[in-house]
Amino acid sequence: MTMVTIRIPTPLRGYTGGRDEVEAAGDTVAEALAALGAAHEGLLERVLGPEGEPRQFVNLFVGERNVRQLDGLGTRLQTGDVIAIVPAVAGGNDECEGKAAG
Amino acid sequence: MSAKEKRLAELKASIGEVAPREALALQAQGAALIDVREADEIAAGSPVGALRLGRGFLELRVEDAVPDFDRPVVTMCAGGVRSLFAAETLQRLGYRRVKSIAGGFGRWKAEGLPFEVPAQLDQAARARYSRHLLMPEVGEAGQLRLLDARVLLVGAGGLGSPAAFYLAAAGVGTLGLVDDDVVDRSNLQRQILHTDDSVGTPKVTSAQRTLQALNPDVTINTFETRLDSDNIEDILQGYDLVVDGSDNFPTRYLVNDACVKLGLPCVHGSVYRFEGQVTVFWPGCPERRGPCYRCLFPEPPPAEFAPSCAEAGVLGVLPGVVGLLEAVEALKILLGIGDPLVGRLLAYDALAARFTDYRVERDPHCAWCGDDASFPGYIDYEHFCASAG
Repeated sequence: MTMVTIRIPTPLRGYTGGRDEVEAAGDTVAEALAALGAAHEGLLERVLGPEGEPRQFVNLFVGERNVRQLDGLGTRLQTGDVIAIVPAVAGGNDECEGKAAG
Repeated sequence: MSAKEKRLAELKASIGEVAPREALALQAQGAALIDVREADEIAAGSPVGALRLGRGFLELRVEDAVPDFDRPVVTMCAGGVRSLFAAETLQRLGYRRVKSIAGGFGRWKAEGLPFEVPAQLDQAARARYSRHLLMPEVGEAGQLRLLDARVLLVGAGGLGSPAAFYLAAAGVGTLGLVDDDVVDRSNLQRQILHTDDSVGTPKVTSAQRTLQALNPDVTINTFETRLDSDNIEDILQGYDLVVDGSDNFPTRYLVNDACVKLGLPCVHGSVYRFEGQVTVFWPGCPERRGPCYRCLFPEPPPAEFAPSCAEAGVLGVLPGVVGLLEAVEALKILLGIGDPLVGRLLAYDALAARFTDYRVERDPHCAWCGDDASFPGYIDYEHFCASAG
């Protein structure tokens, strides 16, 4: 099994006990994410939709490349690869979701 | 014969002079025409296309302006004396094909050759922007460009404060501020345009006051309103770029869609606790087409996945870092220098003290900016974001 590092964005660190990086085993992005999900209950559904596809507000990168431009979740991994989960973030001001612009 | 006259005679013989008309022909063939007069002389007129380097800074500036030592160079002053000394200096620096214009600008003008009255910085502006003027990447032409530029800031809060502060300091001539909020004491931990005595006043008013105090040259247009599909084009019209420092997904998608439609670069920044993201969404970038917000995030997260502001929080300095990165990108685009964050997402993790650069690519099938896309029209953004997931 290939060992990789998965970077956890702040909004999801509640699932990893506050850790910003987690080691996971997997030969593909899908396998590594499955391992991550198995170890941290509830996390995976924030990243993948019901069909198992990456959610529309989340980007997954292997190194600097977006898996959308690679082979998606089937993208093959090498030991030492870093997978980054990068979600859409609204924040700029101190406002709540859906409140006034600016 | 005085020492000066003797020296001049020697220089005339050793360097060689050309008539203004010959100089014009040389310039048309690719020679650099260097006007070595002082700024107040140049203010009355200077040959079209001349490099106005000034005698005092000639040695320091010429290599940036004319990097090729084999390029023919013609020097010009008011009457043809200073230009001879300047020509000699250039020869010593290593320029091999240098001539001086006999009779200088006086004769140039008398012979009816083309000149222009260049836009120029006044004394106060020269002092204020002197550190910009020293850099060849900005210089007087770049500073004049900044003074002519118009930047719209969406939000006068955590990101907009530092961005607007530095853009005003840099002399971006017109800043538009859109915000419908009033200053709350809890804003002051990071929204540095506002002060304790501005609590309760509209953010755009408070921001305008601070920015004007910093730099009275800058025109501040305030829009105390919430952006929506009906007003966004009226507000964005006439601006060169948008700095997005908004705080919610409906506005982010609305700003994106309008920028795509109007062809404006959108400098994007967002923050969450200790992390920030910066990029430039600009599908119309002439050098390199980049993605739009929708290419990267086709849909916003559903409400249940987005933590409430009360539990989220943000380190006060973090939007400062991210807002200033936005300001840097805005200045680069306005000046046309460097490599803008088009097609790249810069992520900053303050706790790890780590910047990471991700490649973000256009979706050729994007309904808004894709290859065959025609603008689908504005949508109900509140509904779009509320029904996501």
